[in-house]
Amino acid sequence: MAKRIEATNVTAYYGAFKAIENINLTVEPKTVTALIGPSGCGKSTFLRSINRMHEVLPGARVEGSLTIDNQDIYDRDVDVTAVRRMIGMVFQRPNPFPTMSIFENVVAGLRLNGVKKKSILEEAAEKALRSANLWDEVKDRLGKPGAGLSGGQQQRLCIARTIAVEPQVVLMDEPCSALDPISTLAIEDLMFQLKDKFTIIIVTHNMQQAARVSDRTAFFSIEKTGDPGRLIEYDNTQKIFSNPSVKKTEDYITGRFG
Amino acid sequence: MTTTVTSHRPQPPAQPVTLRAKRLPAYAAPAVAVVALLVAAGIVYGAGIGGPVLVVVLGALLYLAGLYAAANAVEGRRSARNRTWSALIHSAFVLAVLPLASVVWTLVSKGAERLDGNFFLTSMNNIGARDANGGAYHAIVGTLEQVGIAALITVPLGVLCAIYVVEYGRGRFAFTIRFFVDVMTGIPSIVTGLFVLAFWVLIVSPFFNDGRPGFSGFAAALALSVLMLPTVVRSSEEMLRLVPAPLREGAYALGVPKWKTVLRVVLPTALPGIVTGIMLAIARAAGETAPVLLVAGGGAAINFNPFENNQSSLALFVYQQAGEASKYSPARAWTAALTLVALVLILTVAAKLLARRNRLGR
Repeated sequence: MAKRIEATNVTAYYGAFKAIENINLTVEPKTVTALIGPSGCGKSTFLRSINRMHEVLPGARVEGSLTIDNQDIYDRDVDVTAVRRMIGMVFQRPNPFPTMSIFENVVAGLRLNGVKKKSILEEAAEKALRSANLWDEVKDRLGKPGAGLSGGQQQRLCIARTIAVEPQVVLMDEPCSALDPISTLAIEDLMFQLKDKFTIIIVTHNMQQAARVSDRTAFFSIEKTGDPGRLIEYDNTQKIFSNPSVKKTEDYITGRFG
Repeated sequence: MTTTVTSHRPQPPAQPVTLRAKRLPAYAAPAVAVVALLVAAGIVYGAGIGGPVLVVVLGALLYLAGLYAAANAVEGRRSARNRTWSALIHSAFVLAVLPLASVVWTLVSKGAERLDGNFFLTSMNNIGARDANGGAYHAIVGTLEQVGIAALITVPLGVLCAIYVVEYGRGRFAFTIRFFVDVMTGIPSIVTGLFVLAFWVLIVSPFFNDGRPGFSGFAAALALSVLMLPTVVRSSEEMLRLVPAPLREGAYALGVPKWKTVLRVVLPTALPGIVTGIMLAIARAAGETAPVLLVAGGGAAINFNPFENNQSSLALFVYQQAGEASKYSPARAWTAALTLVALVLILTVAAKLLARRNRLGR
């Protein structure tokens, strides 16, 4: 089910601007990997290049190789939608589809990919909502608009929507940055449960969160504004937070950064 | 050293001692208004220089001055300015609504005379100058058919064009399309009429019509669709651009192909705005006279077939009746104008309701 991701010399550009350079990193299946680092260091860019979301922006491109179970996702004959079906993504801000109800939002991925049978959709919706710890809160109002939920509920709705299509990897781009501590806790609990089935990569600015939820941590940084982001250190989370081998990492996680 | 540094520090503005301030009583503004109107009436009628309109205009100016003076004396300068500007903004609103209300009132009062069953059930066929009867049935049929066909042509074409420009268009080609759409917005309606006359009626239609040029409702619909196209494209384009990018990315992240994302996520989100733009275009097309006059030919008889023979339209009917030398025709023109406005209003309301039906109730 869950897949291993290998990045080799990944370099990403926005037009002429080089955002990240030569990222080498391997993510093991069924683990949570946290990407940390200062703003603008390319964590999100790297995350978005894993499911080929980076190239959605005009002028953006990726070099190097990114493989998922030894298939290069940047191969010429790779179908982008297939990659994205395999690698789901949760965004920083909850983005439920405003014209759809809660139910329709959850099954949007299935329905828009051709699943029509009502019983299958209902079953998948309940399963996804239960996994996202949202079922009890919304089961009586599945027909109501998804945009009417609170911020934390919307984010869990977006997670439910992502896992409803049963991807093998889930990317999360600061999924809790707009949420209160209680919703954050709910989503962190969720990550623990999801780890059994999915490979999770999460970008976060919250050190405690990275320490709590992740098995491995990657620290990204830049020399100065305008320079490309680089991977400074990648190791077991415990090691990174207790005994990092690079001085820069230690400075960052202890708050003595620049 | 340190003392000089502190003395260079900019002083914060003086803090108010109390948060309370004197306020004009609630009756002050209406009282100033009444006094201003009375003074204005005294001046205008005393000097014998005008009527009620001048009284109101002068009264409004005196009201602004009086309000400023009163507020300045009691509440202070800032508050006086605030009151004057609020009053100015409200008067701007009244000035903007005034012509609209006047148009509606004129239409209703003058159009009511012939607002009867006969008007909606008969045409102008065999109606002479001395006949009080006669109606706009043929014109209503013509307007509905021509605008309907024009909308059928324009809406898919325009919305697809907007989708191309916003979602797919890159580089010079998309830029060129946008540029020409902008240029098209400025084409006078008579020019589109002439274009369709030259191109369709005189060159193409003779092939279907035994070599004779065929005036028809369809030709009018073609001219109207040329007029509607830029409005539909531009308004749809603006609405599609307003759809937040994270929604598209959310759909992409689920493995939804781009065309399906556009069709099922982006379009429904932008739909209410797109419908508004389409209705604006339809309203404009329904009110056009020149192209219909040039290429549909007008006509007094009922003709349901938009592809053959002359057809009229409501706007053209108004134009013709207004110029007719019969004492009964002005009343018909007014009623037709009222019908046209009502028709556009009904269509707009219906379209808005339809667009909203798809949205979910909270």
